[in-house]
Amino acid sequence: MTATHETSTQAGDRAGEISGAEIQLEDVVKRYPGQKTSAVDSLSLTIPAGEIVMFVGPSGCGKTTSLKMINRLIEPTSGTISIDGKDVRKQGHDELRRHVGYVIQGGSLFPHMSVEKNIAIVPKLLGWSSSRISERVDDLLDLVGLDPAKYRKRYPRELSGGQQQRVGVARGLAADPPVILMDEPFGAVDPITRQRLQDELLSIQRELRKTIVCVTHDIDEAIKLGDRIVILQEGAHVAQYDTPENVLAAPADDFVSDFVGSGSTLKQLSLARVNEIELADWTTARVGDSTEEVVRRARVAGHEAVVVLDDRGRPLGWPWLRQLRNEQRIPSYDPERLNTLDSRATLNDALDTMLTSSHGGAVVTGDRDQFLGVIDFTSVTDHMRMLEQQAASATDGEARG
Amino acid sequence: MWDFIVERREQIVYNTLQHANLVIQAVVVATVLAVLLAVLITRVPRLSGLANAVSAIGLTIPSFALVGLLLPLAGIGAITAFIAVTFYAVLPILRNAVVGLQGVDTTLLESSRGMGMSELTSLWRVRLPLAWPVILAGVRVSMQMSMGIAAIAAYVLGPGLGGYIFTGLAQIGGANAVNYAVVGTVGIVIVALLADLLLLLLGRLTISKGIRA
Repeated sequence: MTATHETSTQAGDRAGEISGAEIQLEDVVKRYPGQKTSAVDSLSLTIPAGEIVMFVGPSGCGKTTSLKMINRLIEPTSGTISIDGKDVRKQGHDELRRHVGYVIQGGSLFPHMSVEKNIAIVPKLLGWSSSRISERVDDLLDLVGLDPAKYRKRYPRELSGGQQQRVGVARGLAADPPVILMDEPFGAVDPITRQRLQDELLSIQRELRKTIVCVTHDIDEAIKLGDRIVILQEGAHVAQYDTPENVLAAPADDFVSDFVGSGSTLKQLSLARVNEIELADWTTARVGDSTEEVVRRARVAGHEAVVVLDDRGRPLGWPWLRQLRNEQRIPSYDPERLNTLDSRATLNDALDTMLTSSHGGAVVTGDRDQFLGVIDFTSVTDHMRMLEQQAASATDGEARG
Repeated sequence: MWDFIVERREQIVYNTLQHANLVIQAVVVATVLAVLLAVLITRVPRLSGLANAVSAIGLTIPSFALVGLLLPLAGIGAITAFIAVTFYAVLPILRNAVVGLQGVDTTLLESSRGMGMSELTSLWRVRLPLAWPVILAGVRVSMQMSMGIAAIAAYVLGPGLGGYIFTGLAQIGGANAVNYAVVGTVGIVIVALLADLLLLLLGRLTISKGIRA
């Protein structure tokens, strides 16, 4: 298993330039007539440009209402919302919405329009020329991993759920809006497709760096996608607004820790990646080396097994010393039978691989499958403990300051 | 029978075209009226009950009676016939249009608004096209029904094939009574079938491939 999920949440390793805009909510209140309590009760929040911020909370907590107030699908009762410093209420709502991408569950494609027409909606509303629109549609389909030649003329019902959702994302991106709102975007697809779509969204975001506000009820999705997570309680009260790492390691209160759930340490595993951990050196051998000499080196290093590399430094096998007893020279191994880990894999994937290995560890490879080292259970647990302590001391510091 | 037709073929063709003309015009006007009303009704939900009641009661008024009621208002002739046919033609279309427009998934409508379509654009580009197959089904029912109603409307000297039927009835026992009645009836059936075929073709052309059954 070579896991190469891109689950980074660090802004540092993002490639593109920020094309998003900051969103600011100040004392935003939504009260429906005839209801005693406000659906959204004084929500204040700053969403930094170029980040993915996840709104997460139990159903009825006001997260979707809060989201829809940003593009004025729901008008706030009071308070101000501004995008890039401009009050959204000062613009016509149609004009505003054409500059804010909107992606909802299942893609919500118009069934009577082809993929091409669906994506072209906002550019058309904005009066783009047809050649520019056509070019843009091709670009976007490429971006979301659908072959334009094959898919642009298709109708939504001719697509799988995952493909529809991809088109939905493309449609949201169509006019290159600085802000994209997503409402449970991956709620309607199966778990495997969902994971793939999430990975794709992250890689698209690495390139585009929009400001994305995404509503979900799934804390795991929030942790995976979010640069920051807003955990909302009834009335859209912010229970915690922080990075996923800190939410997991130091939940603000009982509500958050209940909501995050007991497996929070496990959840951190999908945040951290193998390349954050210092890998253990391991005795290596090349195919054709003298077994006697290799075994001697391994014994000195205290290793019971050696990693066999090919002449380009790619790992082939990980035999125990006792398996080499009858060999004069190091034999070649079939790399297909060795489960390696990509250095960009998440710790979750790493644990998975380790569990299926008899060595209690896994061989880690970098670019072009070069051998980098070995990861084991102890290094993973040490790393998790360190993260937890860091987050705890960070929030302690904030509390005191 | 054959001689009867051959002798009067020009007049029969003329009347057939007149019949088709009356019905098609009435149905076109009725479709526009019904869709406009339906749009209004979907915007003001309280009207929906009223509309259902009106269309249910409307269909129970015998067409003969309506024609009679219209006489003092519109007089004898094509106009009365046109009003009567249009009145009945509206009802099935209205019902289907309301159902069709209300049946459009609200998330699609919200999504269209969320992308910055104005209400009118959303209606024109999303709601109507999606409701169109249901509306068109109503138009087909209406067209069939109107063929028969138009025959009755001939009683006030409206145009079309209805005149033959009334002539036949008036001359019961006479030489050509049956011929008149048969020509009128069969003519209407043929026109009705052709019109239905036309609507089917219209459906092919106007219903998006993405939602065609």
